[in-house]
Amino acid sequence: MPPFEQLLEWSVKIAVGFIILMTMVAYLSLIERRLLAFIQMRYGPNRVGPFGLFQPIADGLKFIFKEDLIPLDADKFLYVMAPALSLVPALMTFTLIPVGGEVTLPLLDRPIALHITSINVGILAVLAMTGMGVHGIVLAGYASNNKYSLLGGLRSSAQLVSYELAMSLSIIGVLIQAGSLDLVTIVERQGGGWGLGWHVFWFQPLGFFVFLVSMIAETNRAPFDLPEAESELVAGFHTEYSSMKFAMFFIAEYANMVTAAAMATTLFLGGWQGPGVTRWPWLGPVYFLLKVAFFLFLYVWLRASSPRLRYDQLMDFGWKFLLPLALVNVVLSATLALWF
Amino acid sequence: MTFQQLLFIGFAALVLGGGIAVVLLRNPLYGAFALITSFVGLSALYVMMGAQFIGAAQIVVYAGAIMMLFVFVIMLLNVRADEERPPRHRFLVWLAAPLALLLSAGLWLAVAGVQGDRAPSGEAGTVERVGKNLMTRYLLPFELTSVLILLAVVGALHLAKREKE
Amino acid sequence: MLPLLVELPPLPTLRDTAFIMPEIILTLFAGAALVLDVALPRSKKHLTAYFSLIGLAFVAIALAQQVAMTASLLPISAFYGMLFIDGLSVVFRFVFIVAAAFSILYSIKYLEFEREQRGEYYALILFSTLGMMFVATSGDLIALFVSFELMSLSVYVLVGYFKRDKRSNEAAMKYFLTGIFSSALMLYGLSLVYGVTGHTNLGLISETIAGYVQGGTAESGDPRLLLMVALVLVAAGLLFKIAAVPFHMWAPDAYEGAPTTVTAFMSVGPKAGAYVLLARMLLFALAPMREMENLPGWAALLAVVAVLTMTVGNLAAVTQDNVKRLLAYSSIAHAGYILLGIVSGTDMGYQGVAFHIMTYTLMNTGVFAIIIALHRQGVIGENLNDLNGLFSRAPSAAVLMLIFILGLAGIPSTAGFVGKFFLFGSLIQSGKPWLTYIAIIAVLNAVVAFYYYARFARAMFLNAPSENIADASPLLLAPSVRITLTLSAIAVLFFGIYPQPLINVADIVAQSITTVYAQSSGIALR
Repeated sequence: MPPFEQLLEWSVKIAVGFIILMTMVAYLSLIERRLLAFIQMRYGPNRVGPFGLFQPIADGLKFIFKEDLIPLDADKFLYVMAPALSLVPALMTFTLIPVGGEVTLPLLDRPIALHITSINVGILAVLAMTGMGVHGIVLAGYASNNKYSLLGGLRSSAQLVSYELAMSLSIIGVLIQAGSLDLVTIVERQGGGWGLGWHVFWFQPLGFFVFLVSMIAETNRAPFDLPEAESELVAGFHTEYSSMKFAMFFIAEYANMVTAAAMATTLFLGGWQGPGVTRWPWLGPVYFLLKVAFFLFLYVWLRASSPRLRYDQLMDFGWKFLLPLALVNVVLSATLALWF
Repeated sequence: MTFQQLLFIGFAALVLGGGIAVVLLRNPLYGAFALITSFVGLSALYVMMGAQFIGAAQIVVYAGAIMMLFVFVIMLLNVRADEERPPRHRFLVWLAAPLALLLSAGLWLAVAGVQGDRAPSGEAGTVERVGKNLMTRYLLPFELTSVLILLAVVGALHLAKREKE
Repeated sequence: MLPLLVELPPLPTLRDTAFIMPEIILTLFAGAALVLDVALPRSKKHLTAYFSLIGLAFVAIALAQQVAMTASLLPISAFYGMLFIDGLSVVFRFVFIVAAAFSILYSIKYLEFEREQRGEYYALILFSTLGMMFVATSGDLIALFVSFELMSLSVYVLVGYFKRDKRSNEAAMKYFLTGIFSSALMLYGLSLVYGVTGHTNLGLISETIAGYVQGGTAESGDPRLLLMVALVLVAAGLLFKIAAVPFHMWAPDAYEGAPTTVTAFMSVGPKAGAYVLLARMLLFALAPMREMENLPGWAALLAVVAVLTMTVGNLAAVTQDNVKRLLAYSSIAHAGYILLGIVSGTDMGYQGVAFHIMTYTLMNTGVFAIIIALHRQGVIGENLNDLNGLFSRAPSAAVLMLIFILGLAGIPSTAGFVGKFFLFGSLIQSGKPWLTYIAIIAVLNAVVAFYYYARFARAMFLNAPSENIADASPLLLAPSVRITLTLSAIAVLFFGIYPQPLINVADIVAQSITTVYAQSSGIALR
C-alpha cells in the first residue's frame, strides 16, 4: 500500500472514529439523565426536540457561551493545560480498539479493517494512556489553587493508581489465554463456539469481575466517584473550571467510560464476535455497539442504585480485596493454561 | 530527508528540550512535567527503533507511575519555586556552563570515532521476544530483580513506618 | 552487530540452579527471617539473629560443595554466561559469609540495648550478603549491576536503621543520595560499554575490546576514546563504593552516623563486594585497556587514585578524635593499599589483594566489636578517650583490641603486615620504575599510619580511666562474641607468623585472575 493511501486511510478512520465517539459521549449524557429519571420515577430532560434528543446540542452551545474563568491565584499555564491533558489520552485509547473485522466498502477494491491501528503491545499502550490521563486530573487539582480541587485531585490520583494495579493484573489472565497483547488478535481468538469462546466464559470470570470493578473505579464513576463527591468536595478537581474547559473534563470522563466499556467488551465479551459475523461482516460493529451499550447501561444503573463508598473503604477494597483476587486469578489462569 | 528522520528529530528535540527544561525550571512541578515530556519523547524513540515493549513500559512505569509519585510528593510538600534561597556558590554557576560544553565536546569527539552499523533489527523489541529472553537467557537477573524489589519494599516500610511506643 | 538471539535457548535447567544453591538457601533464610520477626513476641526477637546465623552456616555448607570445582582452574559458566564460578567467586563468597556472620553476632546485644531488635535488620544484612555473593559470581553486566544494587540498597537502609537518631538519618541521606548518583554514573558507563562492544557478557566484552585497543578496525572506527569515557564512569561508581579519593567524602559521615554494627558490616562486606566488582571489571572485562597505545590506560589512572587515596586517608586520620571517623579514614587508606595490588598487575599483587581483604575483614570487625561493647546508656563510646584505661577495666578486651589495631597498622608478626608486604612488594617486583616510586610513597604512608594507630594503644594502656566512663561494669561481651574475637585475634597472629595456608587461598584467587581471565573466550556463553 502506498504511504499516501495509508495516511489517508488512517486520517479517515480517525475522523470517523472521533465523530462516532463524540456523538456517543453526547448522547450518553442524555441517556444517562433519562435513565436516571426513569429509575427515579421522574421525567428527565424531554423538552428540547422530540424526547429531548437535541438536549446535548443545547448543552454544548451553553458550554461555549459560558464565561471562561481563570482564578486569580491559579497557575495559569498548568490550569489551561490540565483539561487537554486529561482529554487527549482518553480519546487516543480508542485508536487501538477493533470495532469489527474486515469489511468491504463500495467503490473500494480492497477490504478495510475496522480498527485504526494494531500494535504488538496493544494492551500496554492502553494502560499507558490511562496512566497519562491521571496527570491531567492531578494538575487540575493543583493548578486551581483551591483546597477542594487539591483534595479531589489527590483522591482521584490515589484511586486511579491503586485500581490500575488490580486492573492490569486482571488483564494478565486474558493475555495468558489469548497469547497476545494485540487487541485485534485477542478478539480473533475469542471467536466461535457460539460465544463460549469469550473470555468471560472461557476461564476468566474472576478476571472479568475484577476488571469490571476496577474499570468503574478507574473512570471515577459511582459508587467510586469520590474525587467529585459533592457533599464533601463541591465538585472535586474541576470545582474552579467553567465553560469549555469544564466541558473537556466532562467529555474526557464520558469518553473514558466508553473506552472502558469497549475494553471490557474487547477483552472479555469477544469484541465484535457474534453469530453470523463471518457471513455478514457488518454485523461486527453492531454486536460491538450492543455490548458496549450493555456496559454503559450498567454504569448508569449502578449510579442510580448504589451509595458512595467512604474513602478508606475504597482504598481497603482496592488493595486488600481486589488486588489479591487479581493475583489469584493470575495463578489460576496460568495453571489452567498448562492443562488446556 | 525522509519522514523517519523528521520524526526522529522531532522526538529527539522533545527529549532534549524536556531534559534541559528540568534543569532550568525553578518550579519543581514544572520540572516534573518537563521530565514527563522527555519520557514521552524517549518512548517514541524506542518505538521507532522497534523496541515497542520498552516504549510502552517507559510510559506505563516512568511517565505514568513514577512521575505520579513525584508529582504527589511535590504537591503534598507544597514545594513552591525555590527563589528565596540564594545559591551558595554563585561562581559555580558560571563554571558549570563551560564545563558542560567541554564535556559535550569531549563526548562528541569520543562518539565521532566510532563507526559501524548500529541499526537494530525490527524483531528485537516485541513483547514475545522480550518475554522469551527474560525467561531464558536473562532469567537470573530477572529473578534477582524481584528480590531487589522485595528488599526495597522492606527498606521503605522500615524507614517510613511510624513507631508504636 | 547487536547480539540479537535469533535462536532462543531453552529454559535454564536444574544444572544451572545447582550452581546457585548457596544463594537460593540464603534468599530463603532472608525471607524467612522477615516472617519469623512477625511471628516472634517482642522479648524473643533476638532469636531471628540466631536463625540468620544458622542460615549462613547452611549457605557455607552449600558453598563448600563448590570448592572442588575451583581445582581445575577453569571457570564453570551457568545461566548462559550470567554466572561463572571460579576460584575468586568461591573464596570471596566465604569472606562475605564470614563478614555477615560476624556482623550479626556482634549486633545482637547492641540492638537489644538500643531497643531496635527487629527481624528486618538481619534480613537486610542477609539480602546485602546475597547481593555480594551474586556480585562475586556474576559474569554479565546486567546481573552484576542488579546484584550490586541489591548489596548497596540494603546498606543504605541499614545506615539509617535508627530512625530516632538524627545522625543515623543524616548519614543515610548523604550516603543514599551520593550512592545512587554514583550508581547512575556507573550504569551510564556500563551502557556505553554495551554500546561499543555489543555484549553484556564480560568474556565477550573482553574479547571485543582486545580487538579495539590497537586502534580499532576500519569498520568499527576508533572506539577507544568512548571506551575511556565508559571506563572513567564505571570506575567512578566503583571507587565511590570503596571510598577512594576523590569519591571518599561520604565515608566519614556515613561511618560515624550509622549504627556501629552497621559500620562494622559496611566497612568489610559491601566494600569487599565492590573490590570484587572492580576486579571483575578492570581485570577481566576491561583488562585489555590496562595500557593502550597513545592513550593512558586504567593502570595509570588507578595508580594516581591509589596514591591520593592512601595519602589523604592517612593524613586525615591523624587529626580525628572520633573512633568511627578515624576508622573511616583508616579504611580509606586501606582502600588505597588494595588498589596498589590491582595496579601492579602481578600474581603477587593479586595475592596481596585477596590476602589483605581476608585479614582486614577479621581485624576491622574485631576493632568494631570492642567499640560496640563500649557502648553504654548515655555514653556513645565513640571517642578515642572513651578507650582510656581500658586495660585496667577490661584487660582481655584491651589486649584483643591491641592485636587488631597492630594488625591494621601492619606491624610485623601480624597478618596485616603480610598483606602489606605482598601489596607493596608486588610494585617493586613488577620492575617498572614508576611503580617503585609508588611503593616508596606507600611505605611512607604506612609510617604515618603507625602514629594514629598508636594513639589507640596509648589510650588503652597508658591513660588513666576518664571520669565520664559511667561505670566499671563489665563490657557488653557475650561469651559467643568473646570466643569469636579471641579466635580472630589468634588468626591474625597465626597468619602473621605462618601465612602460608592463607597465601595458598589467596593464590587460588590470583590464579583465577591471571590464568583464567587470560583465556576469556572459554568463559563465554555456555
